[in-house]
Amino acid sequence: MALSIIHRATGMALYVGTLLLAWWLIAAATGPTAYANVQAFTSSFIGRLIVFGYTWALMHHLLSGIRHFVWDLGYGFKANEREALTWGAAIGGISLTVLLWIIAYVIGGGR
Amino acid sequence: MSTPDPSKSMRTPLGRVRNLGASHSGTSDFWRQRMTAVAMVLLMVPAIVIVMMLLGRNQAGAAQVLGSAPIAIIMLLFIVASTWHMKIGMQVVIEDYVHSEMVKLACVMANNFFCIAVALASIYAILKLSSGV
Repeated sequence: MALSIIHRATGMALYVGTLLLAWWLIAAATGPTAYANVQAFTSSFIGRLIVFGYTWALMHHLLSGIRHFVWDLGYGFKANEREALTWGAAIGGISLTVLLWIIAYVIGGGR
Repeated sequence: MSTPDPSKSMRTPLGRVRNLGASHSGTSDFWRQRMTAVAMVLLMVPAIVIVMMLLGRNQAGAAQVLGSAPIAIIMLLFIVASTWHMKIGMQVVIEDYVHSEMVKLACVMANNFFCIAVALASIYAILKLSSGV
């Protein structure tokens, strides 16, 4: 199933994405100019696209990972159960991402 | 890990591999991968709340939020769990796809360096924000 490799791919994306997270934390600890640079990047089109992609990768990896827990515990191996878990993770990941960004825009006013 | 010459060993093949698996070091990475994953499932909601709290704030505001004790502790837990988790995950991928022993060792080492560097840089930032320096 294609979702298995997407779990890996999102994991790899999140791996690289931690650089952004570390940059943001270090900037916050450094000062106003450094932090403004991060904000300028994350509010640019490319930056926003990356953060949106990061949100999706995180939500998808989270749900897809929970799917693996179900399997680790020995459940969900029937064909229809596997399909349900896989589609649940795929659709759930997209839904949660959109939901989080709606909340983010309501709270942050697009910043 | 040194592997004794099987032809000179009195241990049975089963005895040599029992509890170790293909990694020669047992299931500790498997277990830690799941442990850090459970930790992040638990930390995900607080972490999202923290990020939402920081939206639209300038550096002074963000520093104030990140420097408060409960938030700093949640961030530290999340940093440790995520960098540990991604270190194991990347190593699994390297071991799956890189078959040359030397290249594999180099990749695994680079992976360790990257994850430790990201972890310590992030932890340093949180501790600096918390100490108010």
